[in-house]
Amino acid sequence: MSSTILLQHTLTGISLGGAYALIAIGYTMVYGILRLINFAHGDIFMMAGYFMIFAMASMPWFIAIPLVMILTVMLGIAVEQVAYKPLRSAPRMSIMISAIGVSYLLQNLATYLFTALPRGYPEIPYLKKILHIGDVSASLVTIITPFLTVALTFLLIALINHTKLGMAMRAVSRDYETSQLMGIKINRVISATFAIGSLLAFIGSLLYFTDRMTVFPFSGTLPGLKCFVAAVLGGIGSIPGAVVGGFILGIGETVLVAMGYSTFSDAFTFAILIVMLLFRPTGLFGEKVTDKV
Amino acid sequence: MKTLDKKITYLLSAGLLAAAIMVLLYMDHNRTTYNYSLSILQRSAIYAVAAVAMNLLTGFTGLFSLGQAGFMAIGAYTVAILTIPVAQRPSVYYISGIAEPLAQATAPLWAALLLGGLFAALLGFFIGYPVLRLKSDYLAIATLGFSEIIRAFIAAPMLNRVTNGSYGLKSIPGFPSTLMVFLISGLCIFLMVLVIRSSYGRAFQAIREDEIAAESMGIGLFKHKQMAFVISCFFTGISGGMLAVFMRSIDSKTFQIGLTYDILLIVVLGGIGSITGSVLGSFLMTAGREWLRFFDNPLTIAGVQVPLFRTGFRMVIFSLILMAVVLYYRKGLMGTKEFSWNGIYAFLQRLGQKRSKTRPGKEGGNDE
Repeated sequence: MSSTILLQHTLTGISLGGAYALIAIGYTMVYGILRLINFAHGDIFMMAGYFMIFAMASMPWFIAIPLVMILTVMLGIAVEQVAYKPLRSAPRMSIMISAIGVSYLLQNLATYLFTALPRGYPEIPYLKKILHIGDVSASLVTIITPFLTVALTFLLIALINHTKLGMAMRAVSRDYETSQLMGIKINRVISATFAIGSLLAFIGSLLYFTDRMTVFPFSGTLPGLKCFVAAVLGGIGSIPGAVVGGFILGIGETVLVAMGYSTFSDAFTFAILIVMLLFRPTGLFGEKVTDKV
Repeated sequence: MKTLDKKITYLLSAGLLAAAIMVLLYMDHNRTTYNYSLSILQRSAIYAVAAVAMNLLTGFTGLFSLGQAGFMAIGAYTVAILTIPVAQRPSVYYISGIAEPLAQATAPLWAALLLGGLFAALLGFFIGYPVLRLKSDYLAIATLGFSEIIRAFIAAPMLNRVTNGSYGLKSIPGFPSTLMVFLISGLCIFLMVLVIRSSYGRAFQAIREDEIAAESMGIGLFKHKQMAFVISCFFTGISGGMLAVFMRSIDSKTFQIGLTYDILLIVVLGGIGSITGSVLGSFLMTAGREWLRFFDNPLTIAGVQVPLFRTGFRMVIFSLILMAVVLYYRKGLMGTKEFSWNGIYAFLQRLGQKRSKTRPGKEGGNDE
């Protein structure tokens, strides 16, 4: 493999990894607080893709993006309110089944509203511009993604470490009941967590679908599961862990595809998950309990 | 409360069984009219086996596994490879040919099903070693991962000569007689009931209730979890094999995560921890999808077309119903109870006592 091709694939991998990382943060934050694998997160990501298609069809991008952002956040909060809030005191298995149910519902809803055929993702101006650096060519989105991901991660960590809301989140993830006794409005904190998760899922979907070009009702399932694996890999509950996990999976997958084993790229993700769960269930960054959100 | 004489309950059960067989025979006889309903019933019987197998694990042992689709795939491919007629194999494997040792390998249907179950069980045995150490949601996600890995291997081009890769397998001969599906499903479910009622089954339930307490009573945790997992995999494999024979053609896309979710939702609908609930649930789930089919067709009332009715609407309604069950009726149809004649009898008695106003209730009652 020549160095140019290698560089090209690395760039693609990092870009995919960035999108994964943003989605993985949503999983890790929700798991940190509710101890719930939010199976619907991948479908919120998919819905964000659809919202964007329709918004871009009728408005310029600078209105469409904030609008879709708000819509996605509202969807995330609505899912939490409807499907998870009534089950706060229920056994964990029930909440998980409810999450699977929501995921099923969102997929069927998308099939109903937008048909099962893949729809083209709109081109957002500037993002698709092809840049040439030496022999390597990449679209702008590929180059922006990792930087945006890292910037957002730092912003989020700052939010968690230095704001009142962040402090509340840390408290709730540490001990749910005690923090309630200390006067933290748990429901508000959980809603905020879902809002942040959905916001990042939207940005992830923007980056992911711009590269992938099409959206269909099940396009959230597999990326969703992979991002959960990324969160476990990095240590569930840890935000830097989720980001690192996202990048590892993205690069690993791209390398496998480049080597011609594209059928195993999904299996690779799950193999990593299983190996990780067996040898280091806390993940790469799992020990730092202070990072838990 | 008065209970029924044991003899009467046996008679009633035998009567119900005979009636069911009669109805099925009648439908089979007039197949032209009942073909559609028969295929629904067959599918629900096959799903029922997978659902009861999942219930054995989730409801009775408390292990939440999401690997059903993968184990069904193992069973399905084993049965398909062994039962496709030798003469038709070249046309099925027209892309890259069939691997030498498999070209002539055939087995009768019953042996193929058994073998499919055994392969699934063997794989479950090996997978069980690492994953059964994990707890609740980690176990779920790890088994889900394994199921996806199995699927990736089936679709892999390297195995083209065995599984025909992503082209799938066709020309699987169907069941020789319609009743056979019900016979095999009934037998499988009966065997699982025997397991659950045996001392092992009680050990499973003890583990579900409290692992530490069960262990201190001398129940080997890992051994029993492994046993439940392997038994569940075995029957899941058989149901996958039956699904292959029922569908006549399979490919790796048949066994996506969606299939696992379907079975999970059947178990939830019927009640986690109720065998009769799972059977009932699989019927309702399979038939429900068909019953709700009218939502998919445009509906015109008095010349005005009702706007919402079009393709896909029924699945939305269906998932809304399921969500409602999950959220507001968490016990499912049967809870952890089983259908029993005594339960119905008690229910009727209560009806008789309260002549004034009857409360709508469901059948079922005493825990066996």
